[in-house]
Amino acid sequence: MSPLRRKEAINGFLSVLPWFIGFLVFTAGPMVYSAYLVFTRWELITPPEWIGFDNFRFLARDQMFRTTLWNTFIYTVVSVPLQLLVALGVALLLNLNIRGTNVYRAIIFLPSQTPIVATAMLWFFIFSPTQGLANAALGVFGIPPQGWLWDVDLVKPALIVVAVWAFGTAMIIFLAGLQDIPQSLYEAAELDGAGIWSKLRNITLPLLTPTIFFNLVIGLIGAFQVFTPVYLMTGGGPGNSSMMMGLLIYRHGFEEFNMGYASLLAWVLFLIVITLTTIQFRLARRWVYYQGD
Amino acid sequence: MSAQRSTEIPTIREPERAERDLRLQPADSVVSPTWARIRGTSRSVLTHLVLLAIAAVSLLPLIYMVSTSLKERGTEFAYPIEWIPDPIVWSNYATAIDTVETVTFLTNTMIITMMTLIGGLLSSALAAYGFARTRFPGRDFLFMLCLSGMMLPYMVTMIPQFVLFRELGWINTVWPLVVPAFFGGTPFYIFLLRQFFKGLPTDLEDAAKLDGAGFFRIWWTIAMPMAKPALATVAILSILFHWNDFLAPLIYLQTQDNWTLALGIRLFRDAYQINFNLMMAYAVIMTIPVFTVFFAFQKYFVQGIAISGMGGR
Repeated sequence: MSPLRRKEAINGFLSVLPWFIGFLVFTAGPMVYSAYLVFTRWELITPPEWIGFDNFRFLARDQMFRTTLWNTFIYTVVSVPLQLLVALGVALLLNLNIRGTNVYRAIIFLPSQTPIVATAMLWFFIFSPTQGLANAALGVFGIPPQGWLWDVDLVKPALIVVAVWAFGTAMIIFLAGLQDIPQSLYEAAELDGAGIWSKLRNITLPLLTPTIFFNLVIGLIGAFQVFTPVYLMTGGGPGNSSMMMGLLIYRHGFEEFNMGYASLLAWVLFLIVITLTTIQFRLARRWVYYQGD
Repeated sequence: MSAQRSTEIPTIREPERAERDLRLQPADSVVSPTWARIRGTSRSVLTHLVLLAIAAVSLLPLIYMVSTSLKERGTEFAYPIEWIPDPIVWSNYATAIDTVETVTFLTNTMIITMMTLIGGLLSSALAAYGFARTRFPGRDFLFMLCLSGMMLPYMVTMIPQFVLFRELGWINTVWPLVVPAFFGGTPFYIFLLRQFFKGLPTDLEDAAKLDGAGFFRIWWTIAMPMAKPALATVAILSILFHWNDFLAPLIYLQTQDNWTLALGIRLFRDAYQINFNLMMAYAVIMTIPVFTVFFAFQKYFVQGIAISGMGGR
């Protein structure tokens, strides 16, 4: 290596060094340690005690874990597609560039930018079992008031409504994706007599598949870890019907101080997220179209 | 043949193109321009109606939040819903601020937000510049490692990180929230800034190099000023994240004098009798700064989120 190249290499390495140290200390190191904790019982007061596969055996019999996994699964597979569908639909409408688009976009974007704790408490209030906004809205259609967050059957739909309400982030990403589609393609299609639907089906949607895919991956990773709204609005209730993986890990780790078992749950969450993401990348080859490929 | 064609093209092409244009117009606009206009108008009326409905669903809950925050105590469930309260009780805001230690929470939130902003911007911009502008053995591997960190759920590192910070005696201090920011911030910031640096022309940097300026000096005095738009985007993402963050402060900040605004909202929920007027006032207080930043810097805001979408490509 020439002295000049060597100097460049040293400078380069020095510049990424703070990040690299942080990666080792705050990410890689903790993950390795966490892989060890999985085999221990540890309540923080005494040193960790090696218990082999006991945590795994407990996990296999843990009814609460099964319920939680199911709840999280339902929440994820309903809220993410629903949110993306709404986001995509609205993005397509906004992309028509009718008058007032900027105003619509700003207003529709606001819910997603409301601080999550404010959103959670606002909807906690809206879903009041007595006479909140949700029940008032039902009243307009002559439907009797519901228990919402206090109703075993309605608590998950209620949480999904909160998630879908904040669809603005996905919408903005879709809009950026739409802007990336070359105008010339539409012009060419128009020359061939293509109408709105044909353009949507044959140009817009195929070219938007990378963006749809991105939103899907990010959405699933995020939804599977949902924590704050559940913690603040339901605490997992009623009767664990809204208990989610994030909250379960938190409970075991920071309320009951079962650090070993909480670590195992965190690894399970991680493996599920990785598996879902990998499956999506596999499936993506069949339906995601990249421009310039 | 080719010579022939070159002379013939103008004469042949013109009528052909005219004919084609006529043939390939959307049928209705050829047959009846008025009909097309009516169809276009009704289509845009329909679009407006749908967008109006969605804007209403987006906005009504927020209006409900503000309107509740201005109602008299005990009237928050009055039916039919009073969208504009009478009387308007502005004092709810003062009461909400006094009910919990709002000023302390705000101060703590600002400290965390500012420190993570400085640390995150500096360390991620430096790493990004290194990844963008230098070659060193293992660079691409390290960059892949950095990208893979973007996919890692916080839930996974949360418990062992807590153990680490507990060993360091940092529980109930801001350090667990702030110090990691100084070591690279969020991988996504590095990714975003690296893309930006890569897109910058190198002329100025090369000229400075010829003048004998060192690597870090060039980074600080030339590259950083040019990266202002990208830095602004990262800054907004970082500020918002820490302003809104709930889980990490919940784990680390245990006594009330260390709480952030986000943690403080629990006091309203856990009160013996929930006062929704004050709770909503507090929620509005937390939301206003975010919306202000949004309207003031909409461009960077939207850009940041849009780029995060591009990141997946």
